[in-house]
Amino acid sequence: MEATLASIISAAAPLVYATMGETITEKSGVINLSLEGSLRFSAMVAFVIAFRAENVAVGFAIAMLAGAAFAAIIAFASIELKLNQIAVGFVLALFGIALASFLGDNFVGERGQAVPHWPIPGLSEIPFLGKVLFSHNLMVYGSFVAIAATWWHFYRTRPGLNLQGIGERPEAAFARGINVNKMRYFYTILGGAMVGIAGAAYSLDVKLGWRETLTLNLGWIALAIVIFGGWHPLRVAFGCYFFGALQVAALQLQDVFPGLSQVLPIAPFPLMIVALMVVYSSSFGRLSDRYPKARNLFASAAPGAIGTVFERE
Amino acid sequence: MTASPSWVQRTSPTVIAVAVAFAFAAGLLWLIDAPPLEAFRLVLDGAFGSTDRASATLLAWVPLVLASAGLVVTFNAGLWNIGVEGQIVMGAIAAALVARIVPGPTAALIPLAIVAGVIGGGLWALLAGVLKTRFQVNEIFGGLGLDFVAAGFAIYLVIGPWAREGTASTSGTDLFRDETYMPTVEAFGTTWPLIPILIALIAVVGVYFLLRGTLFGLRLKAVGKSPTSAFLLGIPTNRYLLSAFLIGGALAGIAGSMQAVAFHHKLVPAISGGYGFLGILVVLLAGFDAKWIAPIALFFTMIATGSTQLDLRLGLDSAIGDVVQGQIVLFVVLGGGLALWLRNRSASRRRKAVEVPSGEGQEE
Repeated sequence: MEATLASIISAAAPLVYATMGETITEKSGVINLSLEGSLRFSAMVAFVIAFRAENVAVGFAIAMLAGAAFAAIIAFASIELKLNQIAVGFVLALFGIALASFLGDNFVGERGQAVPHWPIPGLSEIPFLGKVLFSHNLMVYGSFVAIAATWWHFYRTRPGLNLQGIGERPEAAFARGINVNKMRYFYTILGGAMVGIAGAAYSLDVKLGWRETLTLNLGWIALAIVIFGGWHPLRVAFGCYFFGALQVAALQLQDVFPGLSQVLPIAPFPLMIVALMVVYSSSFGRLSDRYPKARNLFASAAPGAIGTVFERE
Repeated sequence: MTASPSWVQRTSPTVIAVAVAFAFAAGLLWLIDAPPLEAFRLVLDGAFGSTDRASATLLAWVPLVLASAGLVVTFNAGLWNIGVEGQIVMGAIAAALVARIVPGPTAALIPLAIVAGVIGGGLWALLAGVLKTRFQVNEIFGGLGLDFVAAGFAIYLVIGPWAREGTASTSGTDLFRDETYMPTVEAFGTTWPLIPILIALIAVVGVYFLLRGTLFGLRLKAVGKSPTSAFLLGIPTNRYLLSAFLIGGALAGIAGSMQAVAFHHKLVPAISGGYGFLGILVVLLAGFDAKWIAPIALFFTMIATGSTQLDLRLGLDSAIGDVVQGQIVLFVVLGGGLALWLRNRSASRRRKAVEVPSGEGQEE
């Protein structure tokens, strides 16, 4: 039981970085649709660089730069060039997938560096919780910090309030003296860097190594989980752990139901559709008008200005 | 307002972008110690070097053209039909169902398989449409979700109810009966997929005239430009959106049925061949205009089938073909935006220089 929970926690950790990053980006009003490509590309780059440099930290750093670069292209294309974010993000997704396959080809099957195991002294001694939460490595602990920091930033700080403002009502935020586009640059690139961490976390820890199918579809899944989680860090995190549980379950039940490992990972997608249907359904609207707390618990609508260009005029 | 750009101004960013994309590809090849010119020659040779290869290239061209033609319709209605992959898969599954259970001669089975593709792809697209119009589920994410549901369904069929006798592998179902194979035409020492080629051409010409010469097409484009004003002008917006989904899905479904009865002759998990997402690239490059679909799709399939030669002869990963395709579209999309941006910037700077001679620090 402890071992299973612990493996769910670590299997979900990379996805936590990717989804927190995308949540931050989308909260600011920008959609980074390139995740499938940027995640895969940063996973490849992280592995290759860490392999060459024989240093995991360098791999993570370069992967962050790679993820940030993808995000920066989307931010620039959207904010300066006023291009469609979906178009640029989609093309970048396919481009990143191809580039990762091509450049990583010579490194398939190599045994590379891994994030060292590091149980937290003291905390890992706690019965049950110590095994589940505190007997991992720095990457996994960092994913806890990412969730907490994202939540704290959104709901407990002034810049977080501004972040929600530029995603919901950019004109109003601008009128209050916030430089909307500058903040969007910042949060899009920050989110992209977190996607880069996620890529490195796969190739340097969770799935160790590089092959084309290493992060297959996990970028699209991350996009689905952000929506399923209603752009709320805690619910998004729940979505990640739920998906991690599905992955672990599929793996453990492989001998009983051989097809399960292929079919279970699809679960986030129908759930995403249902979540989107619920958010906008009129009966849910009536219900949540009556019980405002319930709305916060179950679903919330997309940031009002998501995917749009802000022009001060 | 800037004056409308001349023909040279409009096309030069595209030409420059394609050139940059090829230069970038050459750089990548050089980076991994492969001879760029030899590689380009091998791609051409791999795609058209013999009649066999030309025939294979055309067989890959057909589903790409069909999916792209469908996407032109949905894009012109203002829809991002990311669900196109799933529509191809569902079309292929429906065609495979016909091929597996319906007895009869080829002359009856092939039309039936195509109709099944239309129904499978069309209904799957309609589902995305209903989710959008009735439940306000954005078609991008609804479509993405339905893609994976369709892919999961195909895998389920391949390893479950339609699994080969004795084994449950993901390599595909048993081959269909010979009667369900798409008939080919013998010429120049090889066989040609003449019927699929004709179907693809009819589809793309049909879409061209649908959007250009009919009231339906005109209204559809109005809905795409501005759903609200189209609605206020009395156009039943939702009905037009659903029709666009239906047409786009039907064409994607035919692409799927071609994959089933003309190419694989069985159901495999990756039955879509990625032609749906590739079609989105084609249509973006074509500027949503049907008349460019056939040539651009031919160019893309040339790169795709030709790249396999790089794998065989130079030991390069054939993903280089996908890299070049992605690059071209990326650079064309960004290049178009960049050209406009630079022009507007210089125009506004000139204007500012006239209006504010003192040049007071106005941040841009």
